[in-house]
Amino acid sequence: MQKLSRLAFALSVITLITPALPAAAEPLNVVASFSIIGDFAQNVGGDRIALTTLVGHNGDAHVYEPKPADAVVMAGADVVLVNGLHFEGFLQRLVEASATKAVVVELTKGVETLATAEEEVEHEGEATHEAEDGHDHGATDPHAFQSIANAKIYVKNIADAFCAADAAGCDAYEANAAAYTGKLEALEAEVKAAVAAIPADKRAVITSHDAFGYFQHAYGITFLAPEGVSTDAEASAADVAKLIEQVRHDKASAIFVENITNQRLIEQIASETGLKIGGTLYSDALSDANGPAPTYIDMMRNNIGAIKGAILGS
Amino acid sequence: MYDYFIAPFIEFGFMQRALAGSLLLSLSSCPVGVFLMLRRMSLTGDAMAHAILPGAAAGFLLYGLEIVPMTIGGLIAGVVVAMGAGAVSRFTIQKEDASLAAFYLISLALGVLIVSLRGSSVDLMHVLFGTVLALNDEALKLIASIAGVTLLTLAVFWRALVAECLDPLFLRSVSRLGTPVHFVFLGLVVLNLVGGFQALGTLLSVGLMMLPAAAARFWTSRVEPMCLLALVIGFASCVAGLLLSYHASLPSGPAIILSAGVVYLASILLGPRGVLRSRVRHHRHRTA
Repeated sequence: MQKLSRLAFALSVITLITPALPAAAEPLNVVASFSIIGDFAQNVGGDRIALTTLVGHNGDAHVYEPKPADAVVMAGADVVLVNGLHFEGFLQRLVEASATKAVVVELTKGVETLATAEEEVEHEGEATHEAEDGHDHGATDPHAFQSIANAKIYVKNIADAFCAADAAGCDAYEANAAAYTGKLEALEAEVKAAVAAIPADKRAVITSHDAFGYFQHAYGITFLAPEGVSTDAEASAADVAKLIEQVRHDKASAIFVENITNQRLIEQIASETGLKIGGTLYSDALSDANGPAPTYIDMMRNNIGAIKGAILGS
Repeated sequence: MYDYFIAPFIEFGFMQRALAGSLLLSLSSCPVGVFLMLRRMSLTGDAMAHAILPGAAAGFLLYGLEIVPMTIGGLIAGVVVAMGAGAVSRFTIQKEDASLAAFYLISLALGVLIVSLRGSSVDLMHVLFGTVLALNDEALKLIASIAGVTLLTLAVFWRALVAECLDPLFLRSVSRLGTPVHFVFLGLVVLNLVGGFQALGTLLSVGLMMLPAAAARFWTSRVEPMCLLALVIGFASCVAGLLLSYHASLPSGPAIILSAGVVYLASILLGPRGVLRSRVRHHRHRTA
């Protein structure tokens, strides 16, 4: 069995690249759609994979324009890891155009999805996307990785995909995934402890785009945002007024900017309400190696630390 | 009554700023829009929104995501494109629409090239273009100074501009001012558009420039009343749009522009030079 799938892998390498090297000596070519998935893949694959991340650090996967180099990488890939749920608007056409033979794995498979915040009462104004908005997510919030429980599902899906593509390394992948899942569990405990330290009536903050639905659902911190789920929507005066009202009635106690969105609206709300901007939250992309969030674990730690600090400090 | 019309502006600072910013922009760009329309250059605004990309991208490459260098870069790119197109249409047989299309496409391609060199996937234009709900002090000052410069220039060059728009050959035959006035005017257009993009976004600055002017055209054929009427329509649309955005929770930019659009559609139907009234007069003339 193992021999058979190894043969299949070797054959697929032959069709894509040139002559027969033993399959195990070649690293598995993995393409990740954006930085957070890239970080998961690196942790599971270790040095057995050659990883390419399409949308790099501080990049916005909602509006990314693929380059020819991306199609080249895609064509040579063995496994393509994507978030799915229409998070990467650019991806489907890139996969078709590059004629890749790789398996495209949607990591949100098996995740319990949430509807977008539009259906909640306090966000009712956000359904108004502009007509030319090509990146509308539809009814499901794709930012599932903002909950660590979901991140564990992502990791499991990645390990399964790697095992299917490279059976020889399966044990290594499983071991890496188990070790990384252990770290994620520790991280989750840390986040829950931090939330518990915040008084229950203070657990509301303002951010610039609605990317934290899963975080809110899993850990009980309410995120209010003047823009819709996608970075392309435009706010209405009613939304902004409502946010300011909420701050005035002491319902929201901190305000944050995100690494990939226009900060001006948030700055305006901050100056009108007198709240100080609590720092930068990382929602859809990691920072570069020198920033505060070069990995997923750092990102979650940075976000919860910033939230806790800003709420308790206010 | 008070609750509906006045209270939103008293209660919230951002509403006051939005009102002040959009009114100031109307003050300067509505008259400019009238001249643009009379010169048959109504689509310049949309072309300009693309033409400024290389300048904004160059500012981004040199200084990172800072608004001021990106705006100055955009202004330079806009001036180069407008002046280039103006010069070609003045000194060759090609008309302004074709030369503007050519220049803005070259500029846009250059911009995409520069952005791709850096390899960033942050949407530059998303960062550069503001929104009417998020006007800070700098943006307000920028719009106010643009309005000042525009009104002053219009006052100084008024007669030459009117002659240049209505009968450029006449102006050229009686004065050497024709060509310089044309370039001064193009400069004003770029200033209003790029400043407007930075403060309020593309939709609002192009829309407030063209829609009131196009609507006013159906009510009068003289330039001064047309400019005044465009101003009034612009002001009314800003107030109505912001109130609509506040009470009906609609996005603000589209709400303001749609208000102006309603005035435009009504003007097509009801204006003295519109569909219904001109039909009636035509009919009477034939039977007389």
